[in-house]
Amino acid sequence: MTDLVEPGVTGPDGADPDHEERGRRVELTSAACFVVATLAAIALAVVYWQGGQPQAEGVLLALTLGGIGVGIVLWAKHFMPNDEVAEERHPLQSSEEEIAEFSADFAAGQSSLGRRRILVATAGGACAALGVALLFPVRSLGPRPGRGLKETPYRNAPIRVVIESGVPVRPADLEVDGFITVWPRGHTDAADAATLLIRYRSDQGFEPRPGREDWTVDDIVAYSKLCTHVGCPVGLYQAQLGLLLCPCHQSTFDVMQGARPVFGPAARPLPQLPLALDDEGFIIATGDFSAPVGPGFWDRGR
Amino acid sequence: MSDAPAPETPRRRRGPEHLLTHRLARWVDSRLGTAKLARTTLNKVFPDHWSFMLGELGLYCFIVLVLTGVYLTFFFDPSLNQVIYRGSYAPLRGVEMTEAFRSALELSFDVRAGLVMRQIHHWAALLFLASLGVHLARVFFTGAFRRPRELNWIIGCTLLILAMLNGLFGYSLLDDQLSGTGLRIVYSITLSIPLVGTWLASLLFGGEFPGPDIISRLYVIHILLVPAVIVGLLTAHLAILVRQKHTHFSGPGRREDNVVGERMWPTYAAKALGLFFLTSALLAFLGGVFQINPIWIYGPFDPAEVSAASQPDWYMGWLDGALRIMPGWEIRAFGFEIPNPFFPGVLLAGLTFGLLYAWPFLEARVTRDHAEHHLLDRPRQRPVRTALGMATISFYSVLFLGGAADVLAATFGLSVNAILWTFRFLCLLAPPVVGWVTYRLCKELSARDGVPTASTVTVREIPGRLRHREEPKQAEPESQALRS
Repeated sequence: MTDLVEPGVTGPDGADPDHEERGRRVELTSAACFVVATLAAIALAVVYWQGGQPQAEGVLLALTLGGIGVGIVLWAKHFMPNDEVAEERHPLQSSEEEIAEFSADFAAGQSSLGRRRILVATAGGACAALGVALLFPVRSLGPRPGRGLKETPYRNAPIRVVIESGVPVRPADLEVDGFITVWPRGHTDAADAATLLIRYRSDQGFEPRPGREDWTVDDIVAYSKLCTHVGCPVGLYQAQLGLLLCPCHQSTFDVMQGARPVFGPAARPLPQLPLALDDEGFIIATGDFSAPVGPGFWDRGR
Repeated sequence: MSDAPAPETPRRRRGPEHLLTHRLARWVDSRLGTAKLARTTLNKVFPDHWSFMLGELGLYCFIVLVLTGVYLTFFFDPSLNQVIYRGSYAPLRGVEMTEAFRSALELSFDVRAGLVMRQIHHWAALLFLASLGVHLARVFFTGAFRRPRELNWIIGCTLLILAMLNGLFGYSLLDDQLSGTGLRIVYSITLSIPLVGTWLASLLFGGEFPGPDIISRLYVIHILLVPAVIVGLLTAHLAILVRQKHTHFSGPGRREDNVVGERMWPTYAAKALGLFFLTSALLAFLGGVFQINPIWIYGPFDPAEVSAASQPDWYMGWLDGALRIMPGWEIRAFGFEIPNPFFPGVLLAGLTFGLLYAWPFLEARVTRDHAEHHLLDRPRQRPVRTALGMATISFYSVLFLGGAADVLAATFGLSVNAILWTFRFLCLLAPPVVGWVTYRLCKELSARDGVPTASTVTVREIPGRLRHREEPKQAEPESQALRS
């Protein structure tokens, strides 16, 4: 790269008249860059003073920095020595003699340490104990992961399901092929309790899982909204096919068959919520989900 | 004051004795004896090749990140307290949100020069990771990681991991819809680790997702812990580079036992400074003109919602793609399970970086080449290494594209399932094909060059073309210190 610029010139400012002419032009260009940078900096201050405008600020800042940058690079390439020099490398490793001297010095000190065995042992023990003791405060960072991962606020069933504003839901509120997100009443901020209510068509071939024949009301089925892959909300419903799709990683669940995964990385069906109607005709949950909601974890099945 | 051994620079450049800088240099030298070391530094030789600028580019991005980041901390508040937005962005007025999201909006709309700083910061992070990536590739394909530079390879890999994590933590702070989704995935991947996952997730997030503490913790990690470690490792990276001297490509007069290039002072220093300004200029332009991470469009985080086409920043794309491409398998036995995200999210990431760290040692072992190398390989001279490198890059490129499967499907009107199936096969097929083609190409190219592959290249030396110079002994201070 250096060879391409002013070949043959090894010092600053070549003496050749052609080079001098060219040098003059480059010098002017370089100086112009610095002037542009100065003007842009002033303009930047003015723009800021006048209330600011992100695009103008960015462009003017770029002009300032770029002007200085181009100016310096031109300067360096044309008016600074660009001759190549060679520097010898020296062995990186120490000589055997140096290593021997170090070992001797270290051993001399070490032998005095070795004579007090009991001190070395007890000091080591004390430091180890300190290390272990200092680990304990890590425990303060979070609560013990207990039942929380396996339960949701639906454990207080029977409990009405409500939409985000707290309004309870009747079967008639859902159109055929429609779906809404609901929570247990009083827990609309519980991230693990978001539930999808889906109204399928009577002739769509819904197959209840064994033992869950009475978990639906008026063709409405409820599943956890949290994907069993990494817990994204399963937000897309293809009503025609009866498929729920997770927009994060494209896991697909078959609503007609217990929300079993039919495509993508999810390996488990969406947990189902048992539904019923209360005396006033509102939809209630009669128990917690059929399985822990959301992503899997080590002792999920225990 | 005047008993210093030598002035710091030749007098003709610095001007008369009474100049303030000159007197200051004398003052410092009489107390620290810096002139000798400073002269060595001025005369340090740097080989010139465009690919040696890539790491430098990363350094300059990091400097811009620190400068803009400090500015952002003056306005951002990493709090999860719920507030009602009353700022100047009309569409979100009256919406309930966290203080973190609100202060990010205020920073973007109501703090003068706030938005441009935020966007420069984000662009700098993207370019930082990009330059680390290509720098890594350069070091790999030219064999610059070989003895004695394994230590710097290890430090470099650590820097890459830290940079990726800090980028992820950074855009997760704002508590917008996209970053909340990202944090949920981080939570689930942590949760998926066998035995300790539930504990780890609880300790990291301060409880179950969304966790009351995660944003304030990530904030401290993002602005203090990781940057401090990066600064430390960066310093070590550069100190080792200076101690071991730079590698160079073979050429006339360039040997294993010398280093040919420009002196640090003044040309190389000026070029480096120029590059810093040009990098900053590019970032300022990107940050001013190209919108990035428009959180006001995403809205505040709501754990029950997610938008379609949720993509992470580019450097996390391969992991997100791996999560998507992975078939729906998990291991379950005796009531215990290893959930699906563990395999792409922990195992693949662990293998990736494990192999990366181990590469110099693996290669030395396989090739039985334990010698010092200061002359760089051209990629074609090492067909096997180059082929393996390209195969690896193709694998991660397929994963990266997999991360955009839904966008590709929507853009080209294809089925997402078909695209994902294609990628599942491609990530297995592409590496061997790309590797084989690369291997053949390397063989062809080096045959055309007439250069034998995988052996030392003999270099003709043209005497007299280069000036050789005595260089002050570097090893002296250390050895003296050890002796005394």
